[in-house]
Amino acid sequence: MIDRRVADVHEAVSGITDGAVLLVGGFGNSGIPAYLCDAVLDLGVKDLTIVNNNGGSGETDVAALIRENRVRKLICSYPRASNSHWFSRRWSEGTLELEVIPQGTMSERMRAAGAGLGGFFTPTGADTELANGKETRLINGRLHVFEEPLPGDFALVRADLADRWGNLTYHSAARNFGPTMCTAATTTIVEVREFVELGDLDPEHIITPGIFVDRVVAVGAPTLMPKSA
Amino acid sequence: MTQTHFVHGWSIDQVAARIAQDIPDGSFVNLGIGQPTKVGDALPADREILLHSENGILGMGPTPTPDQFDPELINAGKMAVTLLTGGSYFHHTDSFMIMRGGHLDISVLGAYEVSVNGDLANWSTGDPTHPPAVGGAMDLAVGAKAVFAMLTHTTKDGRSKIVRECSYPLTASHVVDRIYTNLAVIAVQSDGLHVVERAPGVSAEFLTAATEAPLVQC
Repeated sequence: MIDRRVADVHEAVSGITDGAVLLVGGFGNSGIPAYLCDAVLDLGVKDLTIVNNNGGSGETDVAALIRENRVRKLICSYPRASNSHWFSRRWSEGTLELEVIPQGTMSERMRAAGAGLGGFFTPTGADTELANGKETRLINGRLHVFEEPLPGDFALVRADLADRWGNLTYHSAARNFGPTMCTAATTTIVEVREFVELGDLDPEHIITPGIFVDRVVAVGAPTLMPKSA
Repeated sequence: MTQTHFVHGWSIDQVAARIAQDIPDGSFVNLGIGQPTKVGDALPADREILLHSENGILGMGPTPTPDQFDPELINAGKMAVTLLTGGSYFHHTDSFMIMRGGHLDISVLGAYEVSVNGDLANWSTGDPTHPPAVGGAMDLAVGAKAVFAMLTHTTKDGRSKIVRECSYPLTASHVVDRIYTNLAVIAVQSDGLHVVERAPGVSAEFLTAATEAPLVQC
């Protein structure tokens, strides 16, 4: 019998150890796995490498992990936000290493990891300082840079609904990095709004099939709100 | 004080409207963070133009009313938006496939500088005390069929942002097709920068003086 469901967030994040590479979903606050991040904080692990599009905001989730000095390295495309003060502080202090990569390259590097590829050539960033130290090649007359896969030890993802096989649907723009990150980690951990019975998800509407999911926990509605215009 | 302080040309809203005028019916368009978002408010109502947002939205609509508000439905600038009827959601890798794979017709990007050969600098001032942050800028610059740069023609102290060679770190080289500033619309061509239109009250002589890069006047 296949049952990916776990009882609570603490069981969901068990096994994450010091030095782990965590792929953390979300774009800004949309799709951030806030409950799982809180559980990682409670776990007390440190020296984490976090792959997330941003550098956290306010006092919660990724920002809280950075504030509590649990993060050794952040890999992201855009660390700055109006309230990313903990990222700014730790980076300025020199206690948080930062690797900035173009957003599409970050996503595609994780896709490559999930797809079993050894990397790829892309023109994005090829003629910029972000290609420094990387292999470049002219392909059809255009400069490309080689990018390696970006796998995680764990992926922490927020989805909307899950069944016991770990099949997932997502809600609106909270989908963002989730489906790719689910494929790219050794262990994929997903928080969802609620569980449904096997067969309740329309197979035509399942976005992530359960083969990519190891543990899923039901946590209710998202807690975070975006800026309003 | 330089002479540029006394000629303002178009307002930002007018530049946005001028850009919107150049976006054909049926286009798929990404509007960058900052000034380019204003183009969305200026799109002609009689054209069907679909806006893409890097976080996985095609057919992005305006700011929600309170009863439309979805806390997870945001744009690239993390502001709440809506989805038009017929719009779609997709995950990040597909979204950047749209951007990097040449599927967008037009990308409108803000810029610090644009060079005579279409090099774009819009992601970093090179200040080592500021953490680097690139987001989707390089993907948009490299991947769209056409790149429009939207910027003020000069810095606050009167220095031209249309230059022979970018002084800021490049976002991408040879990518900008059109430059829209408060003073002029300029086409980037293989033989140089061609002025398409000058803002009202801007003479050819004034524009040439305000621009470091050589211009072919209309």
